[in-house]
Amino acid sequence: MWSFHKWFERHSLLLLIGILVVVSIGGIVQIAPLFFIDSTIERVEGVRPYTPLELAGREVYIQEGCYLCHSQMIRPLRDEVERYGHYSLAAESMYDHPFQWGSKRTGPDLARVGGRYSDEWHRAHLVDPRSVVPESVMPPYAFLAHQDLDVRHMDEHLRVNRLLRVPYSDDQIAHANADAVAQATPDGDGAAGFAQRYPNVAMRDFDGDPAHVTKMDALIAYLQMLGAGVNFSTYHADAPENQR
Amino acid sequence: MTNHTERDDISGTETTGHEWDGLKELDTPLPRWWLYIFYATIAVAVVYWVLMPAWPIGNSFTPGTLHFSDRRNVATDVATLQQARAPMYERLSHATPADIERDPQLQQFARAAGESAFGDHCRTCHGAGGGGQPGYPNLTDDVWLWGGSVGDIEHTIRVGIRSSSPETRMSMMPAFGRLQMLTPAQISDSTEYVISLGPAAARLHPDNAAAARGSAIYGVQCAACHGATGAGDRTMGAPSLRDDVWLYGGSREEIRKQIELGRGGVMPTWESTLDPGTIRALAFYVHELGGGEPDAPASPAASIPTNGAPAASNGAAVAPTQSPAQPSGATR
Repeated sequence: MWSFHKWFERHSLLLLIGILVVVSIGGIVQIAPLFFIDSTIERVEGVRPYTPLELAGREVYIQEGCYLCHSQMIRPLRDEVERYGHYSLAAESMYDHPFQWGSKRTGPDLARVGGRYSDEWHRAHLVDPRSVVPESVMPPYAFLAHQDLDVRHMDEHLRVNRLLRVPYSDDQIAHANADAVAQATPDGDGAAGFAQRYPNVAMRDFDGDPAHVTKMDALIAYLQMLGAGVNFSTYHADAPENQR
Repeated sequence: MTNHTERDDISGTETTGHEWDGLKELDTPLPRWWLYIFYATIAVAVVYWVLMPAWPIGNSFTPGTLHFSDRRNVATDVATLQQARAPMYERLSHATPADIERDPQLQQFARAAGESAFGDHCRTCHGAGGGGQPGYPNLTDDVWLWGGSVGDIEHTIRVGIRSSSPETRMSMMPAFGRLQMLTPAQISDSTEYVISLGPAAARLHPDNAAAARGSAIYGVQCAACHGATGAGDRTMGAPSLRDDVWLYGGSREEIRKQIELGRGGVMPTWESTLDPGTIRALAFYVHELGGGEPDAPASPAASIPTNGAPAASNGAAVAPTQSPAQPSGATR
């Protein structure tokens, strides 16, 4: 056996080929199945791509580094399920590029924060966290309410996401800039078009300032849809295909 | 190259047979302990393939003989927990407020379960201990917008206020200023009159002439909900203006602002999130925080559907947000 090994050691080209063979076995085991299955993520009803405004809010979330203190991943552990709700499903971050699972919880997990509090609570909390949660150590983000959202390039955001296989239609990309504004101005001209392109999506003035579409609008729109898509009263967690 | 073995004189180790300018390379074997651990890890890996989910096969994978699944495990854990809690929740969901008062064990359970659920779901708005914030009612005083009996509180928790529930408690104060229903001067007059109605008058010293003018406006615009005397009306959630408790702040500016904007907060409906036992426990806990009122003899609380059994929905052990209570000594 060792003389066989010696043969490899003394012929560098053979050694190189040998290394490639060994490494490819590991690679094939991991990669090859991905080519033969339809999707690695089971499809779950209720998960939808972000609207332009929510996508912008997600950008704010990333810009401000929210992920450094907040996770978006409820693990399948009893205590987490008890506190935060149903554990996160892979499908729930299938349109996240990149995902925001995070790795540290200085603040609570946000994977199911959507619908848990009112918009007004979020406004008060983002402007001055200690006004509603006295023991909070979160910094204030009052400035978000004064910064108009830059919606000029939302179509580019959608287009890049489509490259990453988020199923945005041409129509949605063409109207992305206007739709970002429309979702936060339900009385505006674009509301009907928005409702048609994004059915059953909440449209309201998230930041309580009807005159402007601010970063606060975008962030609250994003927070209010987090984890709220899947209806867990009809999702069968104990079905065999969901028990992997 | 020859296959001879040559031993180094000094170390006693075999050489590789390579030689450069008289220097020979020792072929020191791997330490035995290291080598055996290495072999052991390989053996463990093979055992692991057999026991645990390991190899992908097309659309599936080898489940392993232990059939390990985190998702199944958490479902079992939660089911076990629910089963342990079930008898007490079952009793709680059947108990009237009077029953709870009579039974110290049930009382203790309801208090602990309520405190724990309150910490998870309510304190973010109503504050630790239920002290409230501007816009979020204080639950420790004896002032109630929709009623302070256990039954009333339970109903509020179930359906919410201005929530998405079809049964939600609903009240809407008009934004007299924003909608231009009253002029700024009229709003000032109404503010003075509202201040003059109760003990706030001693603090804020209303302008009597303005209050007199405001009285007429009050009769037309406000009395329908807040009552002719300003005592409020719980059937429509209209607060009393005769106590000195103000949801959005009790300064002259805040009272004025409330007439201008007619703000109203949202309390979510908890019916779909929490099970009836937890809601009963929460109602009991909030009732006990300070200002609870006695229930009417035929309490509506007794007619709540009983659903305290574990795994109410399709046997799913993992309902989204189950009661976060520990049977006793709950902490957060």
